[in-house]
Amino acid sequence: MGKKVALDGNAAAAHAIRQINPDVIAAFPITPSTQIPMTVSSFIADGLMDTELVTVESEHSAMSACVGAAAAGGRVMTATAAQGLALMWEILYIASSMRLPMVTVIAARALNAPLNIHGDHSDVMGARDAGWIQLFCEDAQEVYDSIIQAIKISENKDVLTPVMVVMDGFNTTHSVEVWEMEEDERVKEFIGEYEPKYPLLDVSRKITYGAWAPPSEYFEHKVNQLTGIIRARPVVKKVGEEFGKVFGRSYDCFELYKLDDAEYAIVMMGSAAGTAKDVVDVLREDGVKAGLLKIRMFRPFPAEEIKEALGNVKVVATLDRVIPAGAYGSPLFNEVRSALYDAPKRPMVIDYIYGLGGRDIQPKHFKEVYENLQRIAKTGKIEKMLDFINIRGKWGK
Amino acid sequence: MAFLNDLAKRGERFAPGHRLCPGCGQSIIVRALLNITDYEIVIANATGCLEVCSGLFPYTSWCVPWIHSAFENAASTIAGAEAMYRVWKRKGRTDKDIKFVALASDGGTYDIGLQALSGAMERWHDFLYLCIDNQAYENTGVQRSSASPFGANTTTTPVGKVKRGKEQRRKDIMSIVEGHHIPYAAQASLHNWRDLMNKIKRALDTKGPTYINVLQPCCTGWGFPPDMTVEVARIAVETCAWPIYEVVDGKVKINYKPKKKLPVEEWFKMQRRFAHMLKPENKDLLGRAQELVDEHWEWLLKREAAGL
Amino acid sequence: MKIGEKVQWNELLTGGVIEDPGNSIDYKTGSWRIERPIWNKEACINCMFCWVYCPDSSIKVDKDGNMAGINYDFCKGCGICVKECPKPGALAMVLEADIEKKGMDVVFKETFGGK
Ligand code: SF4
Ligand code: SF4
Repeated sequence: MGKKVALDGNAAAAHAIRQINPDVIAAFPITPSTQIPMTVSSFIADGLMDTELVTVESEHSAMSACVGAAAAGGRVMTATAAQGLALMWEILYIASSMRLPMVTVIAARALNAPLNIHGDHSDVMGARDAGWIQLFCEDAQEVYDSIIQAIKISENKDVLTPVMVVMDGFNTTHSVEVWEMEEDERVKEFIGEYEPKYPLLDVSRKITYGAWAPPSEYFEHKVNQLTGIIRARPVVKKVGEEFGKVFGRSYDCFELYKLDDAEYAIVMMGSAAGTAKDVVDVLREDGVKAGLLKIRMFRPFPAEEIKEALGNVKVVATLDRVIPAGAYGSPLFNEVRSALYDAPKRPMVIDYIYGLGGRDIQPKHFKEVYENLQRIAKTGKIEKMLDFINIRGKWGK
Repeated sequence: MAFLNDLAKRGERFAPGHRLCPGCGQSIIVRALLNITDYEIVIANATGCLEVCSGLFPYTSWCVPWIHSAFENAASTIAGAEAMYRVWKRKGRTDKDIKFVALASDGGTYDIGLQALSGAMERWHDFLYLCIDNQAYENTGVQRSSASPFGANTTTTPVGKVKRGKEQRRKDIMSIVEGHHIPYAAQASLHNWRDLMNKIKRALDTKGPTYINVLQPCCTGWGFPPDMTVEVARIAVETCAWPIYEVVDGKVKINYKPKKKLPVEEWFKMQRRFAHMLKPENKDLLGRAQELVDEHWEWLLKREAAGL
Repeated sequence: MKIGEKVQWNELLTGGVIEDPGNSIDYKTGSWRIERPIWNKEACINCMFCWVYCPDSSIKVDKDGNMAGINYDFCKGCGICVKECPKPGALAMVLEADIEKKGMDVVFKETFGGK
């Protein structure tokens, strides 16, 4: 049996990593993920795990060493945030293109400038098309559970694609919560052994990784690569179910909260979903048919399922925690709206941006969003396609 | 010459059919690396001429495990592989004795890859970093690097109406490497195959990080006929523009001292990139170039004499 | 591993790896050559300098590790072997066009003399 512990999200990640005991970790400290490599280092120092920890001089080298280690053949993990993820960006594509399983824990944080060390999704959203599977977590429990599942997803022979497990900087990384930690042995058993497909260290095979592909070759490689992440869709679901059978907490690509008969829905990811659920409960008591769709798997984007889940809703608000300068619509908005384009009833969708650089979002803000959705449903008119939650000053006309 | 005959018998681990320019010395160096021992070797290759010419899909010239990731990260890539090897050894997944080598040109070493190299040396990974130094970014079309010598005419330091080539001296990478107090660092030249091979073997046999800087005359970028690659390297050493030496435990050992040190002009004469230096109006440049060569050479001699 | 123009995207290996070490021998660079080195076995002293310096692994080696000729499938005609050969009359560069015109035997005789 697992045991209840009161620890923050970073500690949850560190304990998951301890139980996974990967072969190699290459990491560089960056707020708010620093406690992960720190805690892992202390676990290693105390002999609680025997991972080779490569204390690299930058995140660029962290991801590069992860690529080298994963290609060599074995289980590889790292953790980072913000500028660190941005610095890894070049190599993220290489990890996914080489189809190297690995898990990176991200403490999602704002990007400079101005300097800000607090939570938002600017970093992860910048990496959304890097070919990695992205799992967003709401709380420490989900972080712990998702990291364990991510190993299995990433190493699945149909998938062989790296996974980012994302938690919100400070909101989750630094909030102490009560969650359930499973027994070491049972986690070990759940993730099983990993057989790398093309290990460099099997010197009898002499594999070449990373040859250059001219225009006559490159395109086919990229299409071939795509198959891995596409096949992750059912695998994420399956591993989530298996996890539920073993540990009693099941997962899917998303979570539907009171969405069955909902007329007004918020779609969002990450830690603030908890607050949204509370607001839904309050509104439901008042007879407002509010619901919530919390997306867990942003990549690959579960468009079909989302179309189905939101098909009967009247108005949808997507809440993004990133500011995609110059784009028509924030990432989540565009994905959701595009998924709904073919829905028979095609709900209206509006775009909200919240929480940049750690700005809080409170129940009253969610209430305002739901009120706006009701107004739109009633009048059939959208006044603002895009609005910002909890900023000083008015946006738009 | 039984030595070379014995080596030649063993067969090649770098296959022909690669696309390096005719006369390119990169493969001379790579063949020295792979021929001098029969160790199992895993290579991480930085982006550059060698990488694009030897691993061009669907072909590979490598008969050893080989990975190319990016330009600036050969050292951190090999560091990751070497860390995984330690796990394999510890857990009994392999009983093989494997050596790890990062290959990069001067661009991937002196410049964009310097941080990764420094980190990997400081962390004491057990690997050889072999820099194939052709003194410019040859792969992208002969742009200056911090390894380009003073005066060199490159595509980003072109000789024009007012500019006269590279205005700065080349970076002394060996001193930077030395600052990491690694057990073995050496500079070598491909013309002296025996010295080069000895150094490679010694580096591979040394535990911990090792570094070798090999001059690679680039006929295309430097401007000389392809059959002159070895000779251009030889004259670089005879002029002391490229001293060959080792730093072991912080002490310099010069491996070759020319009986009669040739003026650097002799080396410049062979190469288009220095043609302007030989014009009467650029006498000052030639003088300065000679000063820089002398300064470095005398500094090495002094260090060696003093046992430093 | 399947290679060539006709390979479809779904026939590539996972991660774009290449499983055939040294398969570049299927790509013949000999066609790049304008001049070729020719070898006179009689004069050769088997020092193997040509072998150690050849950038294209194109010096053939016999079972004793001696020089056994030139592999024209790959030799790019750089001329390094000729330049570095210490023995006069063992290696020489000749024009491919001359060989085509006059035939190898004539060119050989013209170059090295003798039989
Ligand atoms: S370098 Fe000349 S003498 Fe030496 S083996 Fe080659 S051909 Fe013979
Ligand atoms: S000409 Fe160049 S490529 Fe041809 S055999 Fe001689 S050294 Fe090798």
